[in-house]
Amino acid sequence: MKVFVPGDSGSLALGAEKVARAVSERGIDPVRNGSRGLYWLEPLLEIETDEGRIAFGPVSEKDVESILELKSAHPLYLGRTEEIRYLKNQERLTFSRIGITDPLSLEDYVSHGGFSGLDKALKMSGQEIVQEVLESGLRGRGGAAFPTGIKWKTVKDAVSERKYVVCNADEGDSGTYSDRMVMEGDPFMLIEGMTIAALAVGASNGYIYVRSEYPHAYSTLVKAIGILDKSGYLGKSVLDSGKPFHLEARRAAGSYVCGEETAMLESIEGKRGIVRAKPPLPAISGLFGMPTAINNVISFSSVPFILSNGAQAYKDYGMGRSRGTLPIQLAGNIKRGGLIEKAFGITLNELIFEYGGGTASNRPVKAAQVGGPLGAYIPPSLFDTPLDYEAFVKIGGTLGHGGIVVFDDTADMMKQARYAMEFCAIESCGKCTPCRIGSTRGMEVIDRMKQGEKMEGLLRDLCETMLSGSLCAMGGMTPYPVLSALDHFPEDFV
Amino acid sequence: MTHEETVTMIVEEMRSLPGAMLPILHAIQDRLGYVPKEAVPIVAKGLNVSRAEVHGVLTYYHHFRQDPPALHMLHICRAESCQAVGGDALAEHAKNALGCDFHGISGDGSFSLEPVYCLGLCASSPAIMLDGEVHARMDSEKLDSLLEEGK
Ligand SMILES: Cc1cc2nc3c(=O)[nH]c(=O)nc-3n(C[C@H](O)[C@H](O)[C@H](O)COP(=O)(O)O)c2cc1C
Ligand code: SF4
Ligand code: FES
Repeated sequence: MKVFVPGDSGSLALGAEKVARAVSERGIDPVRNGSRGLYWLEPLLEIETDEGRIAFGPVSEKDVESILELKSAHPLYLGRTEEIRYLKNQERLTFSRIGITDPLSLEDYVSHGGFSGLDKALKMSGQEIVQEVLESGLRGRGGAAFPTGIKWKTVKDAVSERKYVVCNADEGDSGTYSDRMVMEGDPFMLIEGMTIAALAVGASNGYIYVRSEYPHAYSTLVKAIGILDKSGYLGKSVLDSGKPFHLEARRAAGSYVCGEETAMLESIEGKRGIVRAKPPLPAISGLFGMPTAINNVISFSSVPFILSNGAQAYKDYGMGRSRGTLPIQLAGNIKRGGLIEKAFGITLNELIFEYGGGTASNRPVKAAQVGGPLGAYIPPSLFDTPLDYEAFVKIGGTLGHGGIVVFDDTADMMKQARYAMEFCAIESCGKCTPCRIGSTRGMEVIDRMKQGEKMEGLLRDLCETMLSGSLCAMGGMTPYPVLSALDHFPEDFV
Repeated sequence: MTHEETVTMIVEEMRSLPGAMLPILHAIQDRLGYVPKEAVPIVAKGLNVSRAEVHGVLTYYHHFRQDPPALHMLHICRAESCQAVGGDALAEHAKNALGCDFHGISGDGSFSLEPVYCLGLCASSPAIMLDGEVHARMDSEKLDSLLEEGK
């Protein structure tokens, strides 16, 4: 009997290790797959049958014996995994293998379509690869939504003895975990995407900068890189192409602003993570002064599908200038939290109520913060907004990295606004005054508003100064959560 | 081995890495639990930078500690997703149970308490990390029993 018990940290945090041990004690060695992303059902145990995989969840170690015995007659039986509605209605282009395969089995990876993008890329010129990515419409999934193909073209066209590809795996945004799921659940896909990028731009060396809060992801990546080094996918000559690609995972050290790309480069170089002024663009002068292609985990991971299936197949999904799919992460006070990969265009209503089932507390939804700690608090009256970069800008928000954090009616928006300022004060790199000092002032002003003083005008002025006078989005977007809280929930500020 | 010897060995082993500073500081903290004062001049010399530079990096990053931690390390997530489901109350409970504030050590000396800003477990908030092991859907009772096991 083949049994699957996820080994990603999201499942481990819910007791998957004990479940896996209980399975082993019954003489079956479970496959430790990644998570399917149905976290309210984790630990999710699956059994392979002639009709496909069947699922049980959420499982605790004491259920294991009866599940293995009763199978579909067990009360925790959920039917065929693929038929679970939450999963069935998704468009999993990037997450197609996650939760299905053993993350560190090269055999699994290849038999599920892995490396078919790289195979194609090896037969193409750098220019052709860049063109394919450009045509797919892929925009960076780390937050800024810059077209990936344009960035790669700049690096490709830069003349230099050495170039780098760097993966931003700092995933600092609260409410997001898609990068983590990829690194723990399908690390070869990320590495394949980075290798294709290296071929496209002519880079010989790469780094993955992984946040220190993700020890599991880091150790999975180190193992994955080791496996690919040994089997000739990485190293001196990628699959005997004569083109080198040396890859290394590096640990970050708990600074949110090091997710900003130039601060990240400083950090990899061994310095304090202070944001650099642009220009020069990292694509021209990046890591150790060399042209560097920097992308988010999901951006790189979207590339193997694009190469393997063609730009058009990816571009066919989405709306407006937001092409392809977005791995959306439901978080906070939500009944069915988890990962939903869907084409752009789906609305917050569908995500929060149809997929998420509303709040876990069974109370009315008050707000959703979309796009991490620098994202706006959005009221239910705007939940018909489609997930689309431009549509979110229009309502004063950002899609960021695709995290949605739901709050019920007990949330205090003045407190959330104060927290946004506090977080900025803790994490500011200190380079610009509006960010460094303004955030601390912001906390003080909100504290005084709490005491009954009328200071809304001053708070708005402060936000204005931060918006216009900050070098990066840390100071420049902290006003988003603050102003959206003020605008949509004025009653919480009196 | 003295701390100096351990640090010297790590520096020798890793100094040739490009951008060796963070990997070295990580390796020191992995081994010793913190980065002791004595490490700073050794790292500086090995990397050919000033002590002030090493000190600057060490103090810039939240992850690095300059004092020995307690036997157990408890990280509690303070970020928004966890706030939305009682994270603040959980943090208050932990402070009371341990008799210390964030960045402090519990009254009985067995736990260090640190904040963390998201563990990527936000689908199952609130979340904590105890000695590198993650736990989600936390509440005060579950936390108490984990702390009890740790003592
Ligand atoms: C304060 C701050 C934090 C950021 N954190 C991250 C992060 O954790 N991960 C990420 O991919 N991008 C982050 N970014 C965006 C990066 O600067 C950069 O735009 C991105 O890594 C580029 O990759 P992409 O084009 O694939 O999105 C952050 C930006 C700022 C201003
Ligand atoms: S806005 Fe803040 S984090 Fe960004 S460069 Fe300025 S001080 Fe640093
Ligand atoms: S916000 Fe607490 S785990 Fe992400």
